[in-house]
Amino acid sequence: MSTQQGTSPAAVTATTEGQFEPKIIAFCCNWCSYAGADLAGVSRLQMPTNFLVLRAMCSARVDPEFVLRAFAKGADGVLVLGCHPADCHYIGGNYRTRRRIALLKMLLEQYGLDPDRLHLEWVSASEGVKFQSTIKDFTEKIREMGPNPLKEAEEESARVKGESHH
Amino acid sequence: MSETRGAVVVVGGGISGVQTSLDLAESGFQVYLIEKTPSIGGVMSQLDKTFPTNDCSMCILSPKLVEAARHPLINLMTMSEVVDVSGEAPNFKVTIRHNPRFVDMDKCVGCGICAEKCPVKVPNEYDASLVNRKAIYIPFAQAVPLKYAIDSSKCLKLTKGRCGLCEKNCPAGAINYEDKPVDETIDVGAIILAPGFSVFDARLKKEYGYGDYPNVITSLEFERFLSATGPYGGHVVRPSDQKTPKKIAFLQCVGSRDEKVGNTYCSSVCCMYAMKQAIIAGEHTAGLVPSIFFMDIRAVGKEFEDYRARAEKEYGIKMHRATRVASVSQDPVTKNLTLRYESGGDIVEEEFDMVVLSVGLEPTKGADKIGKIFGVNLNKYGFAGTNVYSPLTSSRPGVFVTGAFAAPKDIPTSVAEASGAAAKAGAYISNKRAFPEEEKREEIAVEGEEPRIGVFVCDCGINIKGTVDVPSVVEYARTLPNVVYAEENKYSCSADSQQKIKDLIHKEKLNRVVVASCTPRTHEPLFQSTLKEAGLNPYLFEMANIRDQCSWIHMGEPEKATKKSKDLVRMAVAKSRLLEPLYESKLPVTHSAIVIGGGVSGMIAALDIAGQGYHVDLLEKTEELGGNAIKIYHEEDGRKLREFAKELITRVRNNKNITLHLSTEVKDVGGFVGNFKVQTNQGEIETGSIVVAVGAEEYKAKEHLYGQDPRVVTQLELEDKMQKGTLPAKTIAMIQCVGSRNDEAPYCSRVCCANAIKNAIAIRKANPNAAVYVFHKDIRTYGFREDLYKEAGMAGVRFVRVPDDKPPMVTKEGDDLKLVANDIVLGDDIELKPDMVVLSTGIRPHHDNEELAKMLKVPLSKDKFFLEAHMKLRPVDFATNGVYLCGLAHWPKFTDEAIAQASGAAARAMTIISKPELKSEGIIAAVNEDICDGCKICEPVCEYKAITIVEDPKNPEKKKAVVNEGLCKGCGCCVAACPSGAMEQRGFKNQQILATIDAALEEGE
Repeated sequence: MSTQQGTSPAAVTATTEGQFEPKIIAFCCNWCSYAGADLAGVSRLQMPTNFLVLRAMCSARVDPEFVLRAFAKGADGVLVLGCHPADCHYIGGNYRTRRRIALLKMLLEQYGLDPDRLHLEWVSASEGVKFQSTIKDFTEKIREMGPNPLKEAEEESARVKGESHH
Repeated sequence: MSETRGAVVVVGGGISGVQTSLDLAESGFQVYLIEKTPSIGGVMSQLDKTFPTNDCSMCILSPKLVEAARHPLINLMTMSEVVDVSGEAPNFKVTIRHNPRFVDMDKCVGCGICAEKCPVKVPNEYDASLVNRKAIYIPFAQAVPLKYAIDSSKCLKLTKGRCGLCEKNCPAGAINYEDKPVDETIDVGAIILAPGFSVFDARLKKEYGYGDYPNVITSLEFERFLSATGPYGGHVVRPSDQKTPKKIAFLQCVGSRDEKVGNTYCSSVCCMYAMKQAIIAGEHTAGLVPSIFFMDIRAVGKEFEDYRARAEKEYGIKMHRATRVASVSQDPVTKNLTLRYESGGDIVEEEFDMVVLSVGLEPTKGADKIGKIFGVNLNKYGFAGTNVYSPLTSSRPGVFVTGAFAAPKDIPTSVAEASGAAAKAGAYISNKRAFPEEEKREEIAVEGEEPRIGVFVCDCGINIKGTVDVPSVVEYARTLPNVVYAEENKYSCSADSQQKIKDLIHKEKLNRVVVASCTPRTHEPLFQSTLKEAGLNPYLFEMANIRDQCSWIHMGEPEKATKKSKDLVRMAVAKSRLLEPLYESKLPVTHSAIVIGGGVSGMIAALDIAGQGYHVDLLEKTEELGGNAIKIYHEEDGRKLREFAKELITRVRNNKNITLHLSTEVKDVGGFVGNFKVQTNQGEIETGSIVVAVGAEEYKAKEHLYGQDPRVVTQLELEDKMQKGTLPAKTIAMIQCVGSRNDEAPYCSRVCCANAIKNAIAIRKANPNAAVYVFHKDIRTYGFREDLYKEAGMAGVRFVRVPDDKPPMVTKEGDDLKLVANDIVLGDDIELKPDMVVLSTGIRPHHDNEELAKMLKVPLSKDKFFLEAHMKLRPVDFATNGVYLCGLAHWPKFTDEAIAQASGAAARAMTIISKPELKSEGIIAAVNEDICDGCKICEPVCEYKAITIVEDPKNPEKKKAVVNEGLCKGCGCCVAACPSGAMEQRGFKNQQILATIDAALEEGE
């Protein structure tokens, strides 16, 4: 097999007890990024378990509402992965995605969220390794940023409500 | 198969064979696709990126391979070869030998345990033998079919009778060491040969040290270096020490344009792929300086010249023009390589870290055997013999050729030809077209019913179960709302599991099915057809990918992987609860085509469609047929193009299936695939498909005193003069690239070099005393036309290479013409007093292109030629379904290329108009008319122009969006753009996706 296997299965388990484990939602387009994620699997590239993939036909299907909903429900980070520029299966959907994500990042700031919690990346169907590195890097970045402040605020208000109720 | 369905044997499963198979099958013919290796895909599957778009090769190829394997009319026969052909078209008897795979294809699930256990390591040819595979193997991860095969020459059991580990460990019992070759004879109407090419053996160029020096590699090996799935994971490193190189030299024409090795022709593709490799390598490796050593850069294809300019200017690739490297030597310690070459008259030595040999394309190994078996002639180079005017036809009637079997060529040309060969083969069996009939079944009604979800969790042998605690996932699934049944399968995809799912749909009254296993990209269609067979709408199905995207990537973390599998199942269940039955709507088809343009391309396209029994309306703007060809006198393959064009005109006029509309202009185009309405100045024509063959125009020269001095003429005018008698001129100067490769038209017009050389040779033959000069930037006689270049040199034609940015100057001195040019090789200006100056004027897009493109809603390239859907794999398609492209309207090209492409466009049109009806996609956009307020935001967002804003008939004050189901491709881009929530994507509705997100972020058990 190839020399690019990345982290060996055994090495991944060495996580520190009690450290923050972020929850990440990864939207993948059907034609490039979802296929890239599959290729990572076929190539047995190991990566953290903190993400869940949602398949969309095109990255341009990712409605800003989906991203906001994910954050509102407690996601610590959201990845949007699409075909490289000029490779879009639907001609130019990814160009729209790029513009939408740029705007959405501004909006996140207004909500008091660090815009870096949302990340757009191009991953092609042959880039299993890039899928792996994107997941690894983003997981680490979010781990450093800590939990979604909206979630904490909600928990806090729930706790306060709970206390006042008693 | 249907007794009456016409059949075609296609030999070779590379991109050309796959495309021709798909086009035939989509036109209602049975295809036997014969591939000698265990997987289809050919050389293209080994490539990293493709020029000039730098698209990922596998990403664009892989869907075609899967489509071919899945098509009900394509019988894919891997590890097979044709051993005998008898009879005549359309009644061939073809004997096919199925060589033993030693693995039962019906049982193998592609889990890979056999290869894991196999103790025999074999260098993997797919990865340039730089890494090992096992004796039981799949050639590459995306192989189609994904079935293992045993390499009988390496397997211990088969060679020495010991081992047997794969058999012991195969959970599916698929191994069969007793497998034997089996011969089968089939009846077919036509044969298409697409066996591809072989690469030149670089060992034969001893002076470059390939095979002895580890850091000298071939270009095909370098593709694997660049690939993310290759031996070095896409990192550019030296084989000797795995260090990152700083300087790489690319040596062109290794095994091409080289009489010493017996290959006089140009391989046509190496210039482009070398520039591509240099660009990609530079992108992968900071600080890398690539150098390319070449004689001429032959960037003749669509947007290739731009690519060359970028390679040089933006990527800083050092271009050593007109330089052939004499030798390569290796430093025994550092393994660095020293190149000796000539520069400015001096012999220079330069050291590099790595050398890539751009190896040429040769006839496929065993081409002569293929020639014998099929009874077809090869040409003097050993490629299949064809004629300029019938480029897809072999010497045996009913046997056609496509791709690099007939000459070295690039992927888009091979793909266009592949479609063309399908048109030619289809003509032999056009009366035996039969589309597979869909069985009609009562569908289980689900509307208003409470969801009853069945969940099937797959072990995939040990692929999932080895990491994930499958029984606990099953237990968990049972606790989820609306799940009424859950079970574990050893292989959910196996035939017995399919039967079980069908039984349970009835027994448990399941109205939603969730399978947690591998990826929907490969397996969703399988489960969907199972649902269909059980009477459940196939869209009431959802998959959880717990193998490729869970167990395989979290192998060391069984607990977390198990939890994640539960999360993924919970998400799939949440979505399935909201799934609705979807229906592909059926669209009627007008069974005829319109061809716009009556030149050679248009006439060929019309004749090929008419030849399959369909009606064609041929629209020509002028009063006569023939286009540019009627003006061209020179001979190719012993015949003048104008004579050929005249013959075509007669054939078109006599064809009862063709209605000729002369002096007819397109005024407007409405409708959509299968149902176009074309308005012309002569009235409206309804049609199912449109072929654009409007041709192009000759550049009208303004430079070099053209139009001011009668001694300055174009090549066409020269031919006219030559027709009328010998030329009185003693000194003739030909100037290349007039109106090409300049600021106004940066592209190369492709045909001018060969045409000029042909005329130059003719002048020298008629008048050996005439001095003929050709002033050029590069001589681009690619392919077999390279022989013309050589012949011209022998005939005494003098070639003068001038700088890219400094064309020759023609002035008048008294009554004389004076020409001054900078000779790069001489390094000085030369001066001539020619009696005649001949301008090789370029090809310009037709002046009507912009208007027509707007009417057809199709794009133009930046040079104003029509722009196809994909430059590599859809060379004659537009993104708009049902509209096709060929000839000079697409790009400058030679007659044979235009003819092949025209046949290709005809075949593509056949895939539409031959169908009894068309189906729209199931997953498309749909408007909720109650909510839509016609704000028009969605309209420009749609890449397919599928949305129109119309007045609401119920309320004239209100507007609303309407989605054309024939045009919508289901990307969902408009849905995300809709501010009111009126636009929905079927199968991916907002509520369904939001429910999935909510489920993903719920706390699990």
